Order: sequence, then structure tokens, then C-alpha cells
Amino acid sequence: MSVADFTFYLFALSLITGGLFTVVSKNPVHSVLWLILSFLSAAGLFVLLGAEFVAMLLVIVYVGAVAVLFLFVVMMLDVDFAELKAEMAKYVPLGGLIGVVLIMQLTLAYGVWDTAEGVELSTVPVGTPEGAGAHNTEALGLVLYDQYFLLFQVAGLILLVAMVGAIVLTLRHRVDVKRQNPVAQMMRDPAKAMELKDVKPGQGL
Amino acid sequence: MIGADLAILTPEIVLSLFAMAGLMAAVYTSKDGLAPALTWGTALLFVIMAFYIGITGEGSRTAFDGMFVEDSFSRFAKVTILLSAAAILAISQDYMSKAGLLRFEFPMLIVLAVVGMMLMVSAGDMLALYMGLELQSLALYVVASLRRDSVRSTEAGLKYFVLGALSSGLLLYGVSLTYGYTGTTQFAGIIAASGGEMSLGLLFGLVFILAGMAFKVSAAPFHMWTPDVYEGSPTPVTALFATAPKVAAMALFARVVHDAFGGVVGDWQQVVAFLSVISMFLGAIAAIGQTDIKRLMAYSSISHMGFALMGLAAGTAVGVEAMLIYMAIYVAMNIGTFAFILTMERDGRHVTDISSLGAFASKEPGKAMAILVLMFSLAGVPPLLGFFGKYAVLTAAVDAEMIWLAVAGVIASVIGAFYYIRIVYLMYFGEERKGLDGRMGLATYVGLIAMALVIGLGWVPGINLFGIEGPAEIAAAMLTR
Repeated sequence: MSVADFTFYLFALSLITGGLFTVVSKNPVHSVLWLILSFLSAAGLFVLLGAEFVAMLLVIVYVGAVAVLFLFVVMMLDVDFAELKAEMAKYVPLGGLIGVVLIMQLTLAYGVWDTAEGVELSTVPVGTPEGAGAHNTEALGLVLYDQYFLLFQVAGLILLVAMVGAIVLTLRHRVDVKRQNPVAQMMRDPAKAMELKDVKPGQGL
Repeated sequence: MIGADLAILTPEIVLSLFAMAGLMAAVYTSKDGLAPALTWGTALLFVIMAFYIGITGEGSRTAFDGMFVEDSFSRFAKVTILLSAAAILAISQDYMSKAGLLRFEFPMLIVLAVVGMMLMVSAGDMLALYMGLELQSLALYVVASLRRDSVRSTEAGLKYFVLGALSSGLLLYGVSLTYGYTGTTQFAGIIAASGGEMSLGLLFGLVFILAGMAFKVSAAPFHMWTPDVYEGSPTPVTALFATAPKVAAMALFARVVHDAFGGVVGDWQQVVAFLSVISMFLGAIAAIGQTDIKRLMAYSSISHMGFALMGLAAGTAVGVEAMLIYMAIYVAMNIGTFAFILTMERDGRHVTDISSLGAFASKEPGKAMAILVLMFSLAGVPPLLGFFGKYAVLTAAVDAEMIWLAVAGVIASVIGAFYYIRIVYLMYFGEERKGLDGRMGLATYVGLIAMALVIGLGWVPGINLFGIEGPAEIAAAMLTR
């Protein structure tokens, strides 16, 4: 077994273990930590494939941002996980049955693995870009901004919709809230800001 | 090179830029005060774009290496989508301002949803399909919960979102299997690789993709979200759900099964026929007990999707043509019906209870007559247009030697006629009670009457379905060539 093989099995094993414990661990915080482990293992697998850019993305975006966000949500939100679990337990037999059926079907499908006529399995490693010497990131950029230009732009539109949607559904303009008005603050005249009044004893203003 | 590609996408680009410009304009000026102008502007732009596409489009062109296909099929679908979305915006204006929902984001989200629909029907690649679908769905999830202070509306949005995400997952899983077994995501490549004997893995991919798309057209057994979402959403949004997205999803369905899997008709034919039968019967039977007209229209749409799928199940050019005609007629009927539902009011409050229609005909004979025409057409009573839609799909099924499917369709149609006729019965012979007293605005009135006239007179020999048969035939021929 070469070093690469060994590394593959190591990462693959830790990926599956991480995934399994994400689902079964009792403490939700532990679940998120297991999830981070599986993200890291997946990143390792991508490095083995020669797709180092995707691996770094996985680490930076998923581990760095998404998983930390999950951690925050799990810790800050007061969700009664015991109750959720009890609710879930009712559906375990049915879910398990569906899972078993699905696994059997997929085994059937993958058991007769063959590609269609005229399709040649790629012999070059997946991550290797076309044209020798081109960098991983560079090759991705070439495809993304040329062949997939349309989809890239549509992804931008989808993000725009997500942003507009979040604002539409949550932004509220309350009239009773005092907001900061920078222009008014800057235009304010110090001479008129304060007024001194001489209040005589026994009299109001 | 990219300039030529972008030129093909002109309508989509114009609409996207309009949405961004509209958002910016409204944010920097009077915010929601600009909403009425934006709504009308959007409706006008939709109509202009529909004419632009209908008049200038010619032949079949592809952009971005076949990722985007502009042919007579996509043009037929786009014109239908644009015109129906414009009509819905026009008739919803009154309701939205009364309900205090007239926010400038609403028309802009609809524009972006329509851009998504246009990308869907023009997809030549699984990835383009998915991106278009997500753009459409995401915008629709938001507008479903537009009435954010109402529990039902937010529930509708959330339910739609969660189940929509699930269906997207199914679709993506199918796409990944298809990619794994054919080595490409392009429809042209898939059809080349899937010809002849289909591998089991590819079949799995096909089934998952069909399931994902069946959810989007709300065909049974993937219909569970429809009644709740239709009931909970604001009524104009319900009207939108029942029209443009249905056309887009149905056209997408046709494009995928013919463009990508056209070589293995036998493999998807039985799945589509199954979806069709289940939807027709479920829609017809489950609607009988409904008391809310929005829920009733939801089940009605499930049943109608079953009929449209019957045309698709035939797997022939005639079948696709029948499906397109059916969808165009279905959209016209729904615009008319929802123009009325939008104005159902009692004491200034919007009501959706069917019993409030009691003895409506004695008060408003003209409108009641229009509803009668629309309801009879939805039920498929000759000589109204709804009958010709059903006739077209039934003929297509019989031509494809799927007699059993056609017979099932006729039976389901008879069962379904019950609840449409019940509405007519309530209007004409129902007991008098404190019924509707709302006034109809000009746009809704025009919408209702115009659609009733279209449906009622479309069969006259000189008019002949308003000539949609010709374009539909060309579109179908293009798809199944």
C-alpha cells in the first residue's frame, strides 16, 4: 500500500466516521465538531485528487464560516434537542426501512456499473486542468468565466434574490425607534445646542 | 464570441437589468410609493418582451455551447409565461394595495422569477436547468410569505421552501447520476449517450429527475405542498403560482424528457403516465370536500397538471402540441377565475369561502355568467375551450395507443366536473345569505370578462383557438425532431 493509498483510506474512514457521529451524537455541539472533522477529511480527499483549490475552499468556507455559524446557532438558540429527538424516534423504524430499501436499490444500480457507449473514462486525474502547467485556480477561472459565464451570472441573480428576500421578510421600519441621522448631526450648530435659563426660586419655566 | 451569445439572451438580460434598476430606483426615491408604477411598468415590459420574442424569434439558436437554447418551443413557453405573469400583475394591483402588501420588491421579485422561468424553458444543460429552477423557486418562496405578519402566509413560505429544497435535492441527485453514467450534463450529450439500451444507473438518474420535476409541476404523489401553499399565500401570489410557474415547469418537463431522454421514450413514458393518472384522480376526488376556493383551485391545478402530463406521456409530437395547447388554455381559465377570487369580499374583508357565493347570480348576473363559463370550461364542457384542451390530450393518448390512459382521463374528468358545477349551482340556486359585496376594479373586471369571452368564443370556426395551434405544432415539432 503506497502512502497515497494509505492517506486515502485514512481520510475516507475519518469522513465516514465524522458523518456517522454527526447524526448519532447526543450533544449538538459535538455533532458540529464531528461535521467539521468530516469537512476536513473531505478537503484532504480533494487534495489527493489534485484539486487543491476546492480543498482550500472547503476549509475556508465550510469549516471557517459555515461550521462556525452552525456552532453559534446551536449554542445561542435555545432548542430543546431532547424533545426533537423524542419526536424523531417515532419515525426511526420507517426511516430505517426507507434507508435500507434505498441502499439495496443503489447497490443494484452501482452493481452493474458501466458507462454508456462512446464515453471514455477520463484517465487524467480529475483536478488536473487542460493544458499542462495551468494552475488549478487559473483553470477553474478559465472555465467559470467562459463556458459557464451564463451560470455564473445567474448565480449572482440568485444571490440577489436571496438578499432582497431576506430584507423583504425581516426589515421593519418602526416609527418609535430613534435613528441616528448623520447629516443632522453634522449640521448641528453648537451655539444653539444648549440654552441657559435662569430659573427663579419658587417658579417654573 | 460572447457578444453573439449575449445577443440571444437579450430578453432575459433586459428583464434582469430592469429588476435591478427598479430596486435601486425605489430604494433611493419613495420606496413603496413607487410600487404601483413599478407593477404597471413590469406588466408592460412583460407584454413588450412577449411581443419581442414572438416577432423577432426565428429558427433555433444556441448560446454558451448549447447551454441556452432559443427555439420555437422555448419561444411558445416564454410568450405564455410573460403574458400570464403580466395579466396576474395587472389584476393583483387592487388587492395588494387594499391588503397593504403593495411593496416595491413584489414586482421586482416576480421579474426575477420570470427570468428564472425563461432560463428553465431555454435550458440545454442540466446545470442551466437547475440554476433557472432555483432562481424561480427562491423568488417564489419569498413572495409566498410576503404577508409576513400572518402565520399562514409564513407557514406557506416555509413549507414551500423546505419541500422545494428537498425536491431540488432529488433533482440534483438524479443529475449527478446522469452525469456519472453519461459523462456530460448537456442534453445533446445525454441523448447521444443514452440511446439504445439504458444502463440501470442512468435509469435511476432519470427517475430522480422526474420526481424532482413532478414536484415542481405539483403532480401527485408530489403534490402535498400545493393546497397549503395555495391557501396560505396572498391571493395574487396564489394566482401567480397557478399560472406562469406551472407553464415553465411543464415546458421544462417536456424539454428534459424529449431533449435529454428522447432516445428512451419507453423508459419515462410509464412514469409520466403513472404521474398523470394519479394526479387526475387525486385532484378530482380530493377537491370535492373543499370549502375554501383557493384550496379547491389547488386541487384543480393538480388535476389539470395530470391532464397536461397525459399529453406528455404520449411521447409524440402530437402529445407535446396537445400539452402546450392545454397549458395555454389552462392559464387563460385560471387568470379569469383568479381575477374573480381576488375580488371576493364581504364587509371589506377578503373571503375565500365557497358558501359565500350563495345566490350570487341574482345580484351580479353578468359576472356570474362569466364564472359559469370559466367553471364549465375548467370542467371540460363542450364547446368551451377547456373541452378542446382535454380533447387534444385525449386524442394524443389514443394516438399513442394508450387507450387505458385516455379512459382514465375521461373518468377523472367526469368526477372533477362535480365541484366545478357545484360552484355554479351555489351561484344560481344556492340559498341567499350575506354574500359578497365587494366592488371589482377595472383591471380585475376586464381580466374576468376578457378571459370568459376568450374561453367562451375560442371555438367559433373563424377564431379557431386564436391560432395557438399553429405555433404549438411548430414548437412541438422542434422539440421532438
